Amino acid sequence: MSAYTPPLKDMQFVLRELAGIDRVAQLPGYEEAAPEVVEAILEEAGKFAAGVLAPLNFSGDQEGAKWSADDGGRVTTPAGFKEAYAQFAEAGWNGLACDQEYGGQGLPKLVSAAVLEMWKASNMSFSLCPMLTLGAIEALQLCGSTQQKAAYLPNMISGKWTGTMNLTEPQAGSDLAAIRSRAVPQGDGSYKIFGNKIFITYGDHDMAENIVHLVLARTPDAPEGVKGISLFVVPKFMVQPDGSLGARNDAYCVSIEHKLGIHGSPTCVMAFGDAGNFGGGAVGTLVGKENEGLKYMFIMMNAARFAVGLEGLALGERAYQQALGYARDRVQGRDIAGSAASVAILHHPDVRRMLMLMKSQNEAMRALSYTVAAANDAAARHPEEAERKRNQAYVDLMIPVVKGWLTETSNEVASLGVQVHGGMGFIEETGAAQHLRDARITTIYEGTTGIQANDLIGRKIAREGGATLKAVIALMRQTEGDLDQQDKPEFAVIKAALANGIKAVGEAAEYIVAHYGADIKAVSVGAVPFLKLLGIVAGGWQMACAALVAESKIAGGDTDAFYPAKIATTRFYADHVLSAAPGLAHTVIHGGAGAMAVTDEML
Amino acid sequence: MRTADLKILVPVKRVVDYNVKVRVKADGTGVDLANVKMSMNPFDEIAIEEAVRLREAGVATEVIAVSCGVTACQETLRTAMAIGADRAILVESDVDLQPLAVAKLIKAVAEKEQPQIVIFGKQAIDDDANQGQMFAALMGWPQATFASKVVVAEGKATVTREIDGGAEILEFKLPCVVTTDLRLNEPRYATLPNIMKAKKKQLDNLKPADLGVDVTPRLTTLKVSEPPKRGAGVKVADVKELVAKLKNEAKVI
Repeated sequence: MSAYTPPLKDMQFVLRELAGIDRVAQLPGYEEAAPEVVEAILEEAGKFAAGVLAPLNFSGDQEGAKWSADDGGRVTTPAGFKEAYAQFAEAGWNGLACDQEYGGQGLPKLVSAAVLEMWKASNMSFSLCPMLTLGAIEALQLCGSTQQKAAYLPNMISGKWTGTMNLTEPQAGSDLAAIRSRAVPQGDGSYKIFGNKIFITYGDHDMAENIVHLVLARTPDAPEGVKGISLFVVPKFMVQPDGSLGARNDAYCVSIEHKLGIHGSPTCVMAFGDAGNFGGGAVGTLVGKENEGLKYMFIMMNAARFAVGLEGLALGERAYQQALGYARDRVQGRDIAGSAASVAILHHPDVRRMLMLMKSQNEAMRALSYTVAAANDAAARHPEEAERKRNQAYVDLMIPVVKGWLTETSNEVASLGVQVHGGMGFIEETGAAQHLRDARITTIYEGTTGIQANDLIGRKIAREGGATLKAVIALMRQTEGDLDQQDKPEFAVIKAALANGIKAVGEAAEYIVAHYGADIKAVSVGAVPFLKLLGIVAGGWQMACAALVAESKIAGGDTDAFYPAKIATTRFYADHVLSAAPGLAHTVIHGGAGAMAVTDEML
Repeated sequence: MRTADLKILVPVKRVVDYNVKVRVKADGTGVDLANVKMSMNPFDEIAIEEAVRLREAGVATEVIAVSCGVTACQETLRTAMAIGADRAILVESDVDLQPLAVAKLIKAVAEKEQPQIVIFGKQAIDDDANQGQMFAALMGWPQATFASKVVVAEGKATVTREIDGGAEILEFKLPCVVTTDLRLNEPRYATLPNIMKAKKKQLDNLKPADLGVDVTPRLTTLKVSEPPKRGAGVKVADVKELVAKLKNEAKVI
């Protein structure tokens, strides 16, 4: 297990030079996010992440959340989580991006993205609690009534209460149309909820005095399928008109899952109105309109998917720091070019290659995700409608890429982290394995990579004939042109790789647009390879932009070693990662036939 | 002195971050500060924390942070205000401010602000100049250095100091100078609302000339060099050889 050092320098670089924090701070309502304030926020968040959350990461994994049958089902979080959560709420971090009207700070998504990366890297299991609370806050902000907002938002934003999202049921996983939970109107405006929910993150815990569940369920006359699902707010303890807590609601955690990773985070089986046990039904109120529940969930989906994408980046960073520390310390074997003395394994070419694969992809993921966050801010707040639309289209296109590519890559990066350790990486005490286990869920929850990829090629590309993607490709070509203006040989390498990558994305997208209607199965076989292709190339594009900024700093006389490192890292990425683009395009264009030729019996 | 008037002044210094491995400039003229992360001197953070706690306990009414140096010291002062200082003063100068000059500047600020207590970090992690003692001498105020506990009541301060072999308790009348040891407190994490508020708090900018202090350097740095590298050890055959080496080579016995 290793300490966590927030990569503030790269974060600040991306915020300033690629994502344009100064432009974001000029958007109406974001004036508070002046660059020097953002710097102070990141600095202090970094101290909190490293000093309070990171030390509980390994112990939280080893101990895990515990369930007991007391009081109808009760969850205890690992030692230290409760105190850390109290500190977290006390410090006001929960409300960073929330409405100022209810006590939040109203800071832009770009700032919250950088802070979120630190929470997730320092302690992913812990970070899931505030993350789910934020999802519930957003749902209530967007669709809640004035009374619901007044009753729940201030305490949720302050972190006094936490929130959950109750979607999944045993028979309704990726397909929410199959939801069966029932909501029975009581005639007084309230409903009684009956049903079972699974995979409910922090469905019960001991860190806050109340938990606000948002639950998808069907009203008695609801139409079948996705059009008949409504959203309800169901508190663990009823909230009295004066704001104090009342009776215990009939919403209980009846067990928690035993998982591959994120052991500190309780994944609950929730029973609402389990009449056999506690009787009565869980009292809830409708959020927004009847039968619109799934629509509300979709509105929040971008935010949730983006946040899970950041988990990929965060775990990649943590795995890299862990592996780098080990590679510097571990002395083993001689220098391959012949010196007699044993050297730190960092000096072995293959270890160096692995570390650079980790570092370069982490930096590419950070650059891409933060720029998408900045586009999100512009989409929400830009004074001109055309700009809002353009940015929203870019965000919509890139969300499945941020979610899918970052999380898939983090699994590779965390696995490399184990590999760098050799046998010690396979031993839990070392701490490298935890990052791999924790990363494993990220490609699954909040929509699997397959679902992201289908969304990407279907809704985001084929449906609009690839218009947004073409606009992005045009921007990439501009960067390619800028690279061409540079004389240094590194830039020729970067330019060539980016040009090949752009060509590969263009050809693969053309194939998708042309064949999606006629041969959707064959095209869909290539969905995930295409998602990876676009991720690799978009990440390479942002790295190329970073290298160009670095070069201009060097030309301006800046001697900071960060800049030559950025250029070297981009060059490595070009030859080791971006170079895979043409192969992926081949798979997208030609890979469908091979998969479709296989019958069920051949499998 | 009524409690209602009790001001605490806390001088804070912007230094190379304690995590940074300090390097000497190639020409030996000083420490390389280019592109190096700078932070508040950790002992000064403890001083700010103590002052804020005294204000929160109702003992003090106002905490003022002061820093002397380049424009970037504003960041350090904002950090102090994010922890809880009420306002700040920057005595801005691009001149290389030497310890005596800083002590004089703080004296001038103290005469202007009339604090009852000035809390310094016991030392700065860069040059260990012990500004607190210098300041106390210039003011002619009582001082308690290396404090591990501070109690202020009825115009008096009772300070527990860490000394070799135990603790010493001093009691004296205000105004006074306290310098903080590591164990005095554990500085809090700044809260997000306070970070946001810090930028709106008052930060006054003064020049040494405004305070009538001559900050012309009086000391000349001849050379700055890295400490000599430690050589490899040797194995001795027996105690006799060890004693001989300690006597003749190391000349320590």
